[in-house]
Amino acid sequence: MTRHLDRREFIQLAGLATAGVAGVVFSSGLRGVSLAAGKGRGEDFMFLQMSDLHWGFTGPAVNPDAEGTLDKAIAHVNALPHQPDFIVFTGDLTHTTDDPQERRKRLAHVRDAVGKLKVKRQRYLAGEHDASLDRAEAFKEFFGETHYTFDHKGVHFIVLDNVSDPTGKLGDDQIQWLHADLGKLDKEAPIVVLTHRPLFDLAPDWDWATADGAAAIEALMPYEYVTVFYGHIHQEHHQMTGHIPHHAAKGLMFPLPAPHSVPKKAPIPWDAANPYRGLGFRSVQSKNGGDDYALTEWAVEKS
Amino acid sequence: MKRIITVTALVVFAVVGTAVGWHRFATAAVPAGTEQVVHMTAKRFEYTPSEITLKKGVPVILEITALDRDHGFKIPDLGVRADLKSGEVTRVRIVPDRVGTFAFRCDVFCGDRHEDMAGEIVVVD
Repeated sequence: MTRHLDRREFIQLAGLATAGVAGVVFSSGLRGVSLAAGKGRGEDFMFLQMSDLHWGFTGPAVNPDAEGTLDKAIAHVNALPHQPDFIVFTGDLTHTTDDPQERRKRLAHVRDAVGKLKVKRQRYLAGEHDASLDRAEAFKEFFGETHYTFDHKGVHFIVLDNVSDPTGKLGDDQIQWLHADLGKLDKEAPIVVLTHRPLFDLAPDWDWATADGAAAIEALMPYEYVTVFYGHIHQEHHQMTGHIPHHAAKGLMFPLPAPHSVPKKAPIPWDAANPYRGLGFRSVQSKNGGDDYALTEWAVEKS
Repeated sequence: MKRIITVTALVVFAVVGTAVGWHRFATAAVPAGTEQVVHMTAKRFEYTPSEITLKKGVPVILEITALDRDHGFKIPDLGVRADLKSGEVTRVRIVPDRVGTFAFRCDVFCGDRHEDMAGEIVVVD
């Protein structure tokens, strides 16, 4: 039996979450909150989403602790009472630079920093800051391929790359690859899609979209249990496209304003009274073998 | 090489070279050859000029030269976009058929201040 959250419930939860309530648990589903486990699902598990590290960024008015924030977040992750099965990094591990050597230096730093995490099973996505100036050449040297799949306890994870092409496209080849991968799955298979940019048009005039993201969503639509996690917008955001929930994560360098809440998109200045406000990471607890997910937002530092 | 992108609701493309483009701006075709030409340049991280005032109903060709590298030109509210190839001139033909302010921006990631590369077209009566 499955209970479907109605739109009002979804919006209330989204509003609570976007208000920045530390540690709030957010149920991801509109369509997948099963009241009884079943369907032969795998065992439940928890993973972490860390996003938009932007290592190399400098801007004291935005983050005076630009070189310390990541280490603090890593210490917090390592101190969590329950360690995740794995950690996904949803892009912009580094801040962009024109210098290919400096780009590699920043990527190497991130590789070494995340090596300090207790959880060694990690998955990486590129962001446009990592990959768009060299079509992910340097990123691949450090973190491997930019689109791939993996499976964990019965859930099929699909990592999409909408950043290596500087126009923010997935491209026809990747969309065909997606179709081929999905074609192997049952329509009720639990699927998690990981991307950097939103696949839907959140705010195209702010570059918060994927040029051909609609093609990916169309490919995913026939599948009943799909959940998308992404980064790029440096804030929590929750939106449905049909029955598919899309969840954006906070970043770990600077927050950005809510879509179209200000005339011009720009990082939100540092709040000395509330350091690291708007930054953080998220844990994702699968429920009923991937029918649904409970999200918990964590601050940079342990409180 | 010059590249021409014609932008009218009747899909009147006048394309020279390898231009690719589409539009949703005008509601009627206007004979070619009567356009006002606006010269623009694109380089990291600015268009010059970044504010352009056009008169409603007067067809215009935006002649945009990409000075330093590949860029994009996109007017999201109008469904207009074009690739601007480095060292080339791209011609975007539009027929402003309604009054308003329409933002344009680069949609080809070009560096740290890519998001500042933007401007506005103001259409007046």
